[in-house]
Amino acid sequence: MGEIEESVSAVEAVTLNALERTAMDSESPWRSSLQQLRRNRAAMIALGVLLFMVVVTLLAPLYAHDIAHDNPFASNLQGRIKIGNHYRSVMQANTQGLGLGVTPIGPTWDFSKYFLGADELGRDVFARMLYGGRVTLLIGFSSGLICIVVATVLGMLAGYFGRATDWIISRLLDIVWAFPIYLLAISLSVILVTSGLDLGIIHIGAGSLLLPILIIASVYVPYVARPVRGIVFSLKEREFIQAAIASGASDWHILRKEILPNVAPSVIVFFPLMVALNILTESALSILGIGVQPPQASWGTIINDGLQLLYTRPWVAIGPGVCIVITCVALNILGDGVRDAFDPRAKLRGSI
Amino acid sequence: MSRLKSMKRWGVILSSLAVCSFGIIAVSASSPAGASSGYQSKHAGGTLHLDATAAGGTLDPQVNYTLQYWQLYQATYDGLVSFQKVGGDPSFDVVPDLATAMPKVTNSGKTYTFTLRKGIKFSNGKAVTVADVLGTFQRLFKVSNPNAGSWYNDIVGGPACVTTPATCTLKGGVVVNAATNSVVFNLIAPDAEFLDQLAVPFGSILPANTPPKDQGDTPIPGTGAYAFTSYNPNSALIMKRNPYFKVWSAAAQPQGYPNEIEMTFGLPVESEVTAVENGQADWIFDPIPADRLSEISTKYASQVHVHTLTADWYAPMNVNIAPFNNLKARQAVNYALNKNSLVSLYGGKELAVPTCTILPPAFPGYLQYCAYNSNSSSTYAGPDIAKAKALVKASGTLGDKVAVVAQNDPVDESVGEYIEGVLNQIGYKASLKPLSQNIEFNYIQNTNNKVQISVTQWFQDYPAASDFLKVLLNCSGFHKGSDNSINISGLCDKAIDTQEATAETLELTNPTAANKLWGQIDKTIMTTEAPWVPLFNPKLVDFVGKRVGNYQFSLQFYMYVDQLWVK
Repeated sequence: MGEIEESVSAVEAVTLNALERTAMDSESPWRSSLQQLRRNRAAMIALGVLLFMVVVTLLAPLYAHDIAHDNPFASNLQGRIKIGNHYRSVMQANTQGLGLGVTPIGPTWDFSKYFLGADELGRDVFARMLYGGRVTLLIGFSSGLICIVVATVLGMLAGYFGRATDWIISRLLDIVWAFPIYLLAISLSVILVTSGLDLGIIHIGAGSLLLPILIIASVYVPYVARPVRGIVFSLKEREFIQAAIASGASDWHILRKEILPNVAPSVIVFFPLMVALNILTESALSILGIGVQPPQASWGTIINDGLQLLYTRPWVAIGPGVCIVITCVALNILGDGVRDAFDPRAKLRGSI
Repeated sequence: MSRLKSMKRWGVILSSLAVCSFGIIAVSASSPAGASSGYQSKHAGGTLHLDATAAGGTLDPQVNYTLQYWQLYQATYDGLVSFQKVGGDPSFDVVPDLATAMPKVTNSGKTYTFTLRKGIKFSNGKAVTVADVLGTFQRLFKVSNPNAGSWYNDIVGGPACVTTPATCTLKGGVVVNAATNSVVFNLIAPDAEFLDQLAVPFGSILPANTPPKDQGDTPIPGTGAYAFTSYNPNSALIMKRNPYFKVWSAAAQPQGYPNEIEMTFGLPVESEVTAVENGQADWIFDPIPADRLSEISTKYASQVHVHTLTADWYAPMNVNIAPFNNLKARQAVNYALNKNSLVSLYGGKELAVPTCTILPPAFPGYLQYCAYNSNSSSTYAGPDIAKAKALVKASGTLGDKVAVVAQNDPVDESVGEYIEGVLNQIGYKASLKPLSQNIEFNYIQNTNNKVQISVTQWFQDYPAASDFLKVLLNCSGFHKGSDNSINISGLCDKAIDTQEATAETLELTNPTAANKLWGQIDKTIMTTEAPWVPLFNPKLVDFVGKRVGNYQFSLQFYMYVDQLWVK
């Protein structure tokens, strides 16, 4: 997690610079940062790629229903498709030698039928990849958002109130921090994905997408909360905060009106990075079979399906793998752009 | 498929009273000749390299219940009797091994008298005595043998040994006489399968001073042609020739060919296949991955051996909870699943055969019929989705939630996903619950887990219909709240139990009539109860190295490792 620590330093620098600029410039730092981001061509291309991935995956039902004319969640082991003037079985029995084995049809490179071929159940890999992208992106963005919100709240409370509040929150974060991220995520997944989560009034079923979202969000909380806490500690000593306290403003007011706006740029810098990390974590868990559960599909679960077809139908695994790479690279480039926009002097990369 | 699944229940017992004819399909040439049909010393020597992704657990033959090591025990241990070391049907025959002859059976089938051979030594040089035989059977209870309470408790004193293993003496149950070298077993009641239970590795005769606890990684001396010399579950298991071995019965324990047999652990199965293709390994224990089957069956056809197994893949439905406490719902699932699709998932028609019956084809008692079919044929033709949907509607279970439990290995999970899809198609709200291979089999047995339908397998313990019908579908196999409730569907029908008891009694006097009755029981269970969906009967693929010769396949213990030529 060296990259995250680099990012922490960068984020602290960003915040302090933002504060300095706030003091010096009459122009809104938000507006100038956004303008700078818009001028960053690489970041804008990355944003375009991301938007393209989001839109394309959102169109998955349209593609499956109106173009491929299939149900990517139903097996098609006895199916046949017409290619040219010939009908071919979706699952092709080996007729050579001893006749052992059945191989799914390979890529047809025709969007109207099995563009990337079929998986072990005869399902359209390309259509599943689009549906899987929805799930992967949903988990990545929502767990990133939950992580950032929870971490920001915890960091602000610990940093602002200090003393016992800080001690309790910091020790809780230390406990989570003490575990290697993947080990913790795998442990939680193995337990929760099998039995679900039952906390009395809250019950989440074993196959629910909420489980990987919450697991992934929770394991990364300390990595955002601790730098936020550090930033708030610094802010607390600043004159404008002291002035607010002296003027009798409530804690809630100070946190909301004085602290949060100054922490927000740091949090925004973190967000693309966390989304990319979360997508990778979800994929890793799903490849291990303890992330997204059938019948749901994610890019990770499709790669898992493809592992048993690696020698004969590598595109089942390569397709979603490429999607993960493109999305994560785009998120990193965008993250760099966001940091550059909020602090032009920051040269550290917060990439994965 | 994982062949380790056969750990669940993989013993092999011959019903000595049953006259059985077993089908075996060897796609490539595998010698029908017996291992004992003339030793060819010119092929002796060399090191046989076997690969397995992981070790098979404890090396103790009285504890280990895996095919992986039972195959190796054939060359390292002997019982008083053993299954004949030949290929094909005769491999089901029990022959004298450490005993001079088959036992004299008296007292209405309750007393078995053996005479121990003289002059046989363990691999540590110590002579085998009747005290070792007595110690072996006492130890069997002391180490909590997996089947001590179900097989060997027939011996007088056995029940007490099950209750208090530490003080087990088997007094009156196993009586030995050093002067005459005789060993007498007294049973509580006649048991047609007793000899078969002696012939499996649990009955291996071990030195009397073997500590009465699981020996784990420490090899125990045996009497076979080979002895385990080192075992590290993280790296390798080594077998070398037993320096004290001399052939006393080639049918029971033939001389082996390689000087050394080495099973290496740790390679992924894909790499194992490549190693055999490249001549770096001679055989792999693990099942061939689906994406390599076409390759090996075309480019390496002469090195591939395929054999039909007497085993079932099936989907047990819990007859005690909704929705499958409704017969129509269970029949609907039987009509709906396309077994040809499932065969395709398993690797195609050369690797599995769709089935409608509980007993595998060519098994004692097998009766060909197909109660749930797209036509009236007695062989499986296809699903009838319309009838399935109608039955679901008529059962009043339409829209019920159903969770399909399956192991999370590729084939099991695919089968589970397929079943989940079909259940959704016929009107249920189905979901899949994939579980680790380590826990699924016990999980689906425990009624506390409220498993509605699952995917599992059953490999024969011995060629007798009771091993499927009585073990898997009898009230005695159903234990609420237990991880060892092998009657997974929970079917408990006293009328069927009575029929099964009748068939068992009949086996002692009229095996033919008994088998006919077993066939009828099979049909009755499926037509009136439908507690399972029988899916298909699998086949086994052995992939051996190019240099390997003399491949022979036992119906009981599969490939004879020690009979392979590497020279």
